Amino acid sequence: MMRVLLFGRLRDLAGWRETELTPPPATLSDLKRRLGEAWPELAAALAGPGVQVAVDRALVRGETALAPGAEVAFMPPMSGG
Amino acid sequence: MITLTEQPFDAGAALNAFSAARSGTGAVASFLGLARGEVGQTIALELEAWPEFTGPEIEKIAVEARRRFALHDVAVIHRTGKIAPGEAIVLVMTAATHRRGAFEACDFLMDYLKSRAPLWKKEHGPAGARWVEPTARDLADAERWDA
Repeated sequence: MMRVLLFGRLRDLAGWRETELTPPPATLSDLKRRLGEAWPELAAALAGPGVQVAVDRALVRGETALAPGAEVAFMPPMSGG
Repeated sequence: MITLTEQPFDAGAALNAFSAARSGTGAVASFLGLARGEVGQTIALELEAWPEFTGPEIEKIAVEARRRFALHDVAVIHRTGKIAPGEAIVLVMTAATHRRGAFEACDFLMDYLKSRAPLWKKEHGPAGARWVEPTARDLADAERWDA
């Protein structure tokens, strides 16, 4: 079971902050495709510039394999301070 | 030390506590960021964090600042949740032997927090709410420190 987290405008677009996916997708691109099919509002946003991805709380770049129990977070452009 | 808090904090008390009982420290610099109140503009800010990730990520940069500017100590207090105009959003405090490192470390940490820390800022105004993205200036400011 894969845990997926959304932040900022991505959370607003989807209407949730956290969900679980079964069966778990095997790669990041599979996960994005699944999310985009289930929540069409997310499809373009996840592919957009500046969205960073953390797998098990470590930032990843590009395509990556995902363990079945992974926690994957999608983070839009950050702004604090 | 990194503190994320949903409650307003007392910046003066925090600065006094940070400055107390130091030996060898000749300079403490601080930066306090406030939620701007503009007439007819932003009513309130909302800062979203992912506490289990945001805290450790800011801690990493604080460790980097410590090394880079030879700090004796560094502390960051950052608000999350709803923030009213005039309230403090962020307090950065740095301690060093001399002032230059302390000043530069504050600048470095603020540039990081504005565009690279895992925080998301939403403005609630009369016309609705919108997510704030870092400006070109914010991004350029952070790039100044990339070696």
